[in-house]
Amino acid sequence: MLSSLDKQMLERVADLHEIPQGAYNIRKNGVGVQRNTTANIDIMTKKDKPGIDVIVKPYTKGESVHIPVIVTEENITDLVYNTFEIGAYSDVLVVAGCGIHNCGDQKSQHDGIHTFFVRKGAKLKYVEKHYGEGDGRGARVLNPKTIIEAEEGAVVELEMVQIKGIDNTLRDTEVRLGDKAKLVVTERLLTYLGQEAQSKITVELNGVDSSAQIISRSVAQDESRQDFYFDLIGRNRSRGHIQCDAIIMHAARVLSTPRVSAYHSEAQLIHEAAIGRIESEQLVKLMSLGLSEKEAEETILKGFLA
Amino acid sequence: MLEIQGVSLTMDEGQTVEILRNINLRLAEKKIYVITGPNGGGKSSLAKVIMGVYPPSAGKIFLDGQDITTKTITERALLGLGYAFQNPPRFKGLKVKELIKLAASTNPDKLNIGDLLHDVGLCAQDYLDRDADASLSGGEMKRIEIATVLARKLRVAVFDEPEAGIDLWSFQRLAETFKFIHEKYETTILIISHQERILDLADEIILIANGEISEQSDKDKILNKILKDEDCCSSQCEKGVIQDAEFAG
Repeated sequence: MLSSLDKQMLERVADLHEIPQGAYNIRKNGVGVQRNTTANIDIMTKKDKPGIDVIVKPYTKGESVHIPVIVTEENITDLVYNTFEIGAYSDVLVVAGCGIHNCGDQKSQHDGIHTFFVRKGAKLKYVEKHYGEGDGRGARVLNPKTIIEAEEGAVVELEMVQIKGIDNTLRDTEVRLGDKAKLVVTERLLTYLGQEAQSKITVELNGVDSSAQIISRSVAQDESRQDFYFDLIGRNRSRGHIQCDAIIMHAARVLSTPRVSAYHSEAQLIHEAAIGRIESEQLVKLMSLGLSEKEAEETILKGFLA
Repeated sequence: MLEIQGVSLTMDEGQTVEILRNINLRLAEKKIYVITGPNGGGKSSLAKVIMGVYPPSAGKIFLDGQDITTKTITERALLGLGYAFQNPPRFKGLKVKELIKLAASTNPDKLNIGDLLHDVGLCAQDYLDRDADASLSGGEMKRIEIATVLARKLRVAVFDEPEAGIDLWSFQRLAETFKFIHEKYETTILIISHQERILDLADEIILIANGEISEQSDKDKILNKILKDEDCCSSQCEKGVIQDAEFAG
């Protein structure tokens, strides 16, 4: 049975109010607690290590897989390996997310290693949400690693959101794109207090006419620290564009390290990065509409991270 | 209505620069005023002093008899002052409709956002869900900026060069819109402009040059003078005066 706290965490990480429709696997404090499979989507527990295999049959359309993880106990270090086989010409939504509720003083940690094989012509939208709460002093730590292999003509949309709550995160994302494969990454990050977040995104444009667009927006508040590493590698006739935007506030630190590497004369790679505070003109504009300075700031940040 | 008494503004840019000098202005209810004058003469600075963006170094500002000199931008906004920027800021991730909804949130009247955009020459279905960011052209952003002020029920609305970036085709409609809100909400309108058609809307024209009001009177009296270009150039200059000019090309 899921408690009301569990349900609240599920809502935060998976936009779920109740038990999800379609296939799902809910993992709580290191063990699977509930699972559902459909005619087209199978979920199996791995035999050699902790984690699951999710198999989506070719031509499966409009179905979803939810794999939320909730950690409500302290002193837990949960490591999980999940593998996704997204069958040819299917079109599915995968929602993963981890919510940590830590009221204690010990560390709670969840490290998820997700590997996706997106087969020929398949469309995958992968949403990963991270959320932490709890009044305790125990650290909430999340280290997601995502590996995506996209075959010919596959379209992958990746949405990664982490707003407050997680004290320490090291996010590592590796994507390899085949011929005509397309990738769109949207990353949203907000850190505050003394939180530290590191995000590393490596995209290899291996196939002819493959393309990638990465839009990363982050807000760093208080004493928090963010480190971004982007590497866009063009190995074929391909196009890649990284847009990295950060709003820095208070005594925060943001480091952005871009790299574009071309191994082909028809690889077109662009990197744009900007770090800056909220423009005073933006605040003045919203205040001149009747918002207080604080409301104006919140409106600007909310829009920026939307 | 709005009264400006002996307002001066100095700014410290390495050395103290006097931007506005002893400005005295009385704006009556339900009238349209147009401020004109040379670039750098202090027009936009006066608008920003009225809105509370710059605190004046001397003088006082009253709205409906209340001293608002030390009031914040937000407080002035809630008292019914509105300001359309000359160069409106853009907002990443904030949709046009969200911006206009924010603007209209203190207006007790229910507004049709589509009609509002139409009034500033934009087709609503093309813009409502777009981000008010750098993807919009200067002219588009400018129209949205004007719409955010038109969306409010104001005592005094200040428009800083609203014609910049607006094509002639939409210009007439914009002029009509100013008149409309003027009549609907009995808003006193202060427009900074160089455009003859906007000057034409004015009940009174105020000429500002070198940080001072050099003239204020009825439209008809002043228009003639302006068109002759007297007082409109901050320093008299003639072609060929500079002898050792640099040559290009």
